[in-house]
Amino acid sequence: MIVVGSGLGGLTCANRLAKFGRKVLLVEQHFELGGLAAYFRRKGHIFDVSLHGFPYGMVKTCRKYWTKEIADAIVQIKRIIFDNPQFKIETTFDTEDFTRKLIKDFGVARETTEEFFRFCAGMNFYDDQTTTTREMFERFFPGRSDVVRFLMEPITYANGSTLDEPAITYGIVFSNFMSKGVFTVEGGTDWLIDKMREELERNGCDIMVRATAEKILCENGRVAAVRINGKAVQTKSVVSNGNLPRTVFELIGAENLPADFAQPSAQVRLSTSNCQVFLGIREGETIPDIGDLIFHSTAPEFAPDLYMGKPPVSRSFSIYYPKTRPGVDRYAIVSSLGARYEDWDGLSPEEYKRDKQMLIDNTLDVLESYLPDIRSKVDYAEAATPKTFERYTGHQRGATFGTKFEGLKMSENLPKALGGMFHTGSAAIIMSGWLGAANYGVIVGNNVEQYLDKA
Amino acid sequence: MDREEIREAVLAIIADIAPDEDFDSLKDDEPLRDQLGLDSMDFLDIVMELRKQHKVEVPEDDYKELISLTSTVNYLEGKM
Ligand SMILES: Cc1cc2nc3c(=O)[nH]c(=O)nc-3n(C[C@H](O)[C@H](O)[C@H](O)COP(=O)(O)OP(=O)(O)OC[C@H]3O[C@@H](n4cnc5c(N)ncnc54)[C@H](O)[C@@H]3O)c2cc1C
Repeated sequence: MIVVGSGLGGLTCANRLAKFGRKVLLVEQHFELGGLAAYFRRKGHIFDVSLHGFPYGMVKTCRKYWTKEIADAIVQIKRIIFDNPQFKIETTFDTEDFTRKLIKDFGVARETTEEFFRFCAGMNFYDDQTTTTREMFERFFPGRSDVVRFLMEPITYANGSTLDEPAITYGIVFSNFMSKGVFTVEGGTDWLIDKMREELERNGCDIMVRATAEKILCENGRVAAVRINGKAVQTKSVVSNGNLPRTVFELIGAENLPADFAQPSAQVRLSTSNCQVFLGIREGETIPDIGDLIFHSTAPEFAPDLYMGKPPVSRSFSIYYPKTRPGVDRYAIVSSLGARYEDWDGLSPEEYKRDKQMLIDNTLDVLESYLPDIRSKVDYAEAATPKTFERYTGHQRGATFGTKFEGLKMSENLPKALGGMFHTGSAAIIMSGWLGAANYGVIVGNNVEQYLDKA
Repeated sequence: MDREEIREAVLAIIADIAPDEDFDSLKDDEPLRDQLGLDSMDFLDIVMELRKQHKVEVPEDDYKELISLTSTVNYLEGKM
């Protein structure tokens, strides 16, 4: 069977199936594995794209579906800071600390706080989908825009969700984080992806990079082959880790799907995208500990739209101290922002360059409030935009978190619409992020295994 | 398999999935989720292992039958 795409969903799915003894070919269009779990090296610096933090659940996921070595490298990020006109707070981002702060700093009643945590923890993805996150907050914390900001802002950064999403998408992701706090991989994304590749090879998985799956070839309503770099490769089953609408409408094509699947699928909304600014600190320079993850905003109140503005008013900073990669004595800072594709599409090369420079300058201005001499310490600065994400992953409109919630149905129903065809990876908010994508890879891997057993 | 064998088989599967948990104080009639800190992914693993090791299919609608050790054994009795 063939897995198209090596994001954490595709990788984990491929590993699961290879471990079950299946003959797996993993194809990735880029020259590196990992998808958005990406890193890059420039001028002696190494930058992590999406290693800002994930929930503790990743330890269990890595132990069960990867290796103990990987699970053991997962460590907590302890200093998470909110800095905005409504409050400045440092937290470990777990239930205990949040409960304490909601009561002490925000003056929320203990019963309300506890009931809110219970409510979120009890949520399942198949529960009520009509209540929105906004309605849920209004019910628990009426009129408290500061509390909403405290609870919601990090989740908006983490997966681009808004207050209009089903409340369950919030509750599930929030509870995952709240269980123990925020975690990272010691050694960095490069170390992780190397280890994953080793494990895949140990399990006998074949890997091809710079290999683009161009078309799924069907016979009698079933998958028969995949055209990869111009050549048809026979297969009984395909898992696509590519962006969901791209998978359905380009890789497969509506002509190969029943209308009652293709039509509703065309309505599925993509998630938004991101911009990032990468700052490398000159070798030999140091910066003091200003925290690990900072949510900075100058917006008077939280609104998901503001987080995508151009120029931006809200952003996160991840500070990578030498502890990130033991043995490598370097510092780096990565700032992330939400972004709309249309704000970056259709610009002339000069305009595009100018806007990227504006973003970098604007980021340095904000950083100066924490590190006044930062400009003299940075010797490399670069920005990524929705166009960058589109180019590297092939995801339509640079969508970084898959689709909105309705995409889950489309992803789950794909195998019913075309025999042997599966999708895994970012979809529907809850299946995105490192943990969501990896776990979804396992779920889909199980389904494929079942399908192949029967076939 | 008789009930005791099924119980042992299920416990062996869970022990692989949750290696750090203590099984001595496990109460057969109480939810596994709360006692062993199992999450929905763990239950998927249990279902998968039942398929792989014992050729039993547990359709999604029946996942709720796996709530406690006793209910799991009740459900699996006659199936493996
Ligand atoms: C800026 C940013 C910051 C983030 N920060 C965090 C964070 O701190 N914590 C966290 O948990 N999550 C974070 N995320 C989200 C997380 O990185 C993603 O949700 C997750 O990595 C996505 O995995 P995926 O399985 O959906 O696949 P993706 O990573 O989207 O990868 C898909 C892969 O498929 C390949 N592909 C697609 N189509 C084809 C084809 N036809 N042929 C061959 N190959 C193909 C692509 O090249 C790509 O490699 C962040 C994301 C972004 C963008």
